[in-house]
Amino acid sequence: MQAATIGLEHFLIVGMLLFVAGLFTVVTRRNAIGILMGVELILNSANINYVAFARYSGGHDGQIFSVFVIMLAAAEAAIGLAIVLGIYRTFETIDVEATDVLRG
Amino acid sequence: MIYAVLFYLVAAFTVACAAGVALSRNVVYSAFALMGALFGTAGMFAFLGADFVATVQVLVYVGGILVLTLFAIMLTHQISEVRVSNRSVAAVPAAVLIAAVAGVLLLAILRAPWKTIDPTAPQATTYAIGELFLGRFLLPFELASIVLLTALVGAIVLSRKELRG
Amino acid sequence: MSHPIEVDWIRWIILAPLIGAAINGFFGVRIQRSLGRPAVGVVACLPVLVSFVLAVAVLVKLLSLEPAERFLLDDMSRWIHVGSLRVNLAWWADPLSSTMLLVVTGIGGLIHLFSYGYMDEEPSLWRFFAYLNLFMAAMLTLVLGDSLLTLFVGWEGVGLCSYALIGFWYKELANARAAMKAFVVNRIGDFGFVLGMFSLFWLLDDHGQGTLVFRELAGRVHLLEGMTVLGFAAPVFITLMFFVGASGKSAQIPLYVWLPDAMAGPTPVSALIHAATMVTAGVYMIARLNFLFDMAPATLFVVASVGTATAIVAATIGVAQWDIKKVLAYSTVSQLGVMFIAMGVGAYEAGIFHLFTHAFFKACLFLGSGSIIHALHHEQDMRNMGGLRRHMPVTFATFFVSTIAIAGIPPFAGFFSKDEILWKAFSSPLGSPVFWAIGSIAAGFTAFYMFRQVFLVFFGEYRGGHATHGHHDHDVHGAHGHGAHVPHESPAMLTLPLVVLAAGAVFAGFLNVPGAIDVFGVTPHLFNDWLAPVMAPETLGHGAHGAHGALAEAEAVLHHVEHDPMEYLLMALSVCVAFGGIALAWLVYARQAISADRFAGVLGGVPYRVVFNKYYVDEIYEATVVRGTVALARGLAAFDRVVVDGTVNGTATLVRGLARMDGAFDRIVVDGAVNLVGAISLWLGNRARSLQTGHVYSYLYAIVVGVAVVLVTRLF
Repeated sequence: MQAATIGLEHFLIVGMLLFVAGLFTVVTRRNAIGILMGVELILNSANINYVAFARYSGGHDGQIFSVFVIMLAAAEAAIGLAIVLGIYRTFETIDVEATDVLRG
Repeated sequence: MIYAVLFYLVAAFTVACAAGVALSRNVVYSAFALMGALFGTAGMFAFLGADFVATVQVLVYVGGILVLTLFAIMLTHQISEVRVSNRSVAAVPAAVLIAAVAGVLLLAILRAPWKTIDPTAPQATTYAIGELFLGRFLLPFELASIVLLTALVGAIVLSRKELRG
Repeated sequence: MSHPIEVDWIRWIILAPLIGAAINGFFGVRIQRSLGRPAVGVVACLPVLVSFVLAVAVLVKLLSLEPAERFLLDDMSRWIHVGSLRVNLAWWADPLSSTMLLVVTGIGGLIHLFSYGYMDEEPSLWRFFAYLNLFMAAMLTLVLGDSLLTLFVGWEGVGLCSYALIGFWYKELANARAAMKAFVVNRIGDFGFVLGMFSLFWLLDDHGQGTLVFRELAGRVHLLEGMTVLGFAAPVFITLMFFVGASGKSAQIPLYVWLPDAMAGPTPVSALIHAATMVTAGVYMIARLNFLFDMAPATLFVVASVGTATAIVAATIGVAQWDIKKVLAYSTVSQLGVMFIAMGVGAYEAGIFHLFTHAFFKACLFLGSGSIIHALHHEQDMRNMGGLRRHMPVTFATFFVSTIAIAGIPPFAGFFSKDEILWKAFSSPLGSPVFWAIGSIAAGFTAFYMFRQVFLVFFGEYRGGHATHGHHDHDVHGAHGHGAHVPHESPAMLTLPLVVLAAGAVFAGFLNVPGAIDVFGVTPHLFNDWLAPVMAPETLGHGAHGAHGALAEAEAVLHHVEHDPMEYLLMALSVCVAFGGIALAWLVYARQAISADRFAGVLGGVPYRVVFNKYYVDEIYEATVVRGTVALARGLAAFDRVVVDGTVNGTATLVRGLARMDGAFDRIVVDGAVNLVGAISLWLGNRARSLQTGHVYSYLYAIVVGVAVVLVTRLF
């Protein structure tokens, strides 16, 4: 198996890049749905790390955790998008800049 | 060799799609780029011998979450961000800051003395994961179902029209 | 026990109605629109016919085997194999399940036929039949499942279908509520079932013998001896939990309240689900687990007591009802109580036999009432009926025969089955004369209210015809309501099942003639002998254990003292009680020699009002369970207000007093300093306020910066 040529670091770097892209999305987007997509990217990067560590340390626990993360992502997406729709009904927009009722 | 090339191709595709999610100004394009990134992640899982997780990734993320996201986009008509004139959310400082975070992470990845074992040949994992879910991880598994149920009810309550009385 | 014979066709008994349900459920709308209503009916009835034929095949196959080897197994596939749990999708046919099979498929088939005629005005016929077929599949799963888990799947399935069918006309709020009530009350029972199942598996697993498969359980339950759960002996605890489940499904005190409300569903549904099959699931389950219940005499006593109480309570309520279906509903509850008496005194065969005969005459009574309701355009109040004997002769004849059967007049079916139970309640080592006495009184009440119903509905003059039409004439119902204020006999589609069921009500009893009677030249105890391999512990492959052995011996002794003169005496007594009830009903409602109001007025009318209002059980539950929850919340709120708030307020007052004294000092000395600090804070606060932007992304920025700082400081 040539798997040896692809080390753990390769996967960690892919995960890191996904994380960075997600973080950038979350921070710069003004569209609430866009922000949620960024969060999905971050969760995916965490998942890659989990599975990679599971692969390079034996056992299946990391995979179990990644399934739990996917489950939580599903719950988060359902609730998050419901909240976004609620915001849209109230403010007629989902621009996070326009929804600053909690401004100090 | 082919394995390595394939890996780099999939990895590049994943990262490119992730960059698309981050940089596209149109949310619909972002969503489709997200689909690519999610498929790419599933590919990563496949490279890691995690067939079950890869399948779940495709089923739940691509089949469920992404479709939900697209629905939300359509329902809110906020397809394009061009309408926004002043990007008060400055991209440049964000990029600098995040590049710093990336650099630190990269440093950590490369410098850390990872204790790894040589991975064994990949085997089908579904049975083992099923045993674990109904054995050692039974309680978290059942709690997960409660969380999902709660999320389901919560989403319905949040998104329904207000009833009078 | 020898190895069961493996076959591979029993599965089709379940799969056929399931396929029918799928076809009608998914494509029913289109079938009904393009091919017409008969096509929907054929799709629904054909699978039940297939099931019935296969059920007969099972019976024939079993009869061809030696009594001790009458077991068929259809191991369809692996289902759950995890940890030490091994459950297959396997179907198990022995004399007990075969009996239930015939009841479910036979009576179910007749009711399908009846439904097609009865629902002739229903626009969503396909939905009705899809539910009904799904119910058949679930009920057959319950009956054929070879493990507690598969039984439970069917158990929940029938509960779901019952919910869907009670609320079939869901546009009426009352129907939806009745469905919800049935579902919630059943949940309470199911909770007990699940707990019982868990503890059974868990305790056996302690010995490394965990299983839920019946044929394995039979040989392993003796391991439970000496174990305790929460201070109860393990078998007692487990069986009590199962009994909670059974009392939910089979409508026993205190969980019977859903069944009368369940009459909101279409009448064929009441006949099939809420009289003949589903509600007997609890009885079946106890009979199936007889080896376990035998180990717990304490539970058996509870079962018999609850059964007795239910029988008498429901019978007395039945006396004061005016709704034709409500009377039958309470009668069903009462008869189920009688079956539970049989279970509780260890006379499982007698209980199952009563289940068998009851299915015939109660289904016939319900379908008869359906025929009447159909002819009278959904009139259900018996005060608006009367004289139907002349207008609906077939319905009258079948209804009358079934009424005689349920009243316990020999030689009709009910007499044999009920008398067997009463005799066992009296003579079994687990029984007592109290059970017998109360059971007999309940039987007298049954005879009374059933004949009251017959006299009110079929005799005298027709009292309807004015109020009944009016509000129905404007819609489709008017099609055969024009001018004719006199009801007509129902079409053959409705009367044919009635005739078949009435025949069953007449002759089914001869399958189990008591030993004391051999005048009819029929072999006695055919039915008991048929079920013996399932019930008698020694054939199940393990030696006599404790209570088991004692019971088996007691049974053996009983077999010999069968011709106890006492049995004749009790038999005669119960027949007299039945005739007494009938005579009273005749005097009050047919001859009207005694005014019904005089009964109502006894003791200032208190007993009548109590009975008429169903012992106020619904009100009591409302007042205790529902209000109790609300009151608890109120009480906690009051506690919060008075005690917690009081403490807080008291403290506050105290502090305030102190503060006043302090205040003077404060104003003069400290204020100067504070004002300075305050001014600085205000200035700072105004600057800091801009941090709280209300923008999500600015918070995110802060988080990212924080993470970056932490990472950098940790790494370098």
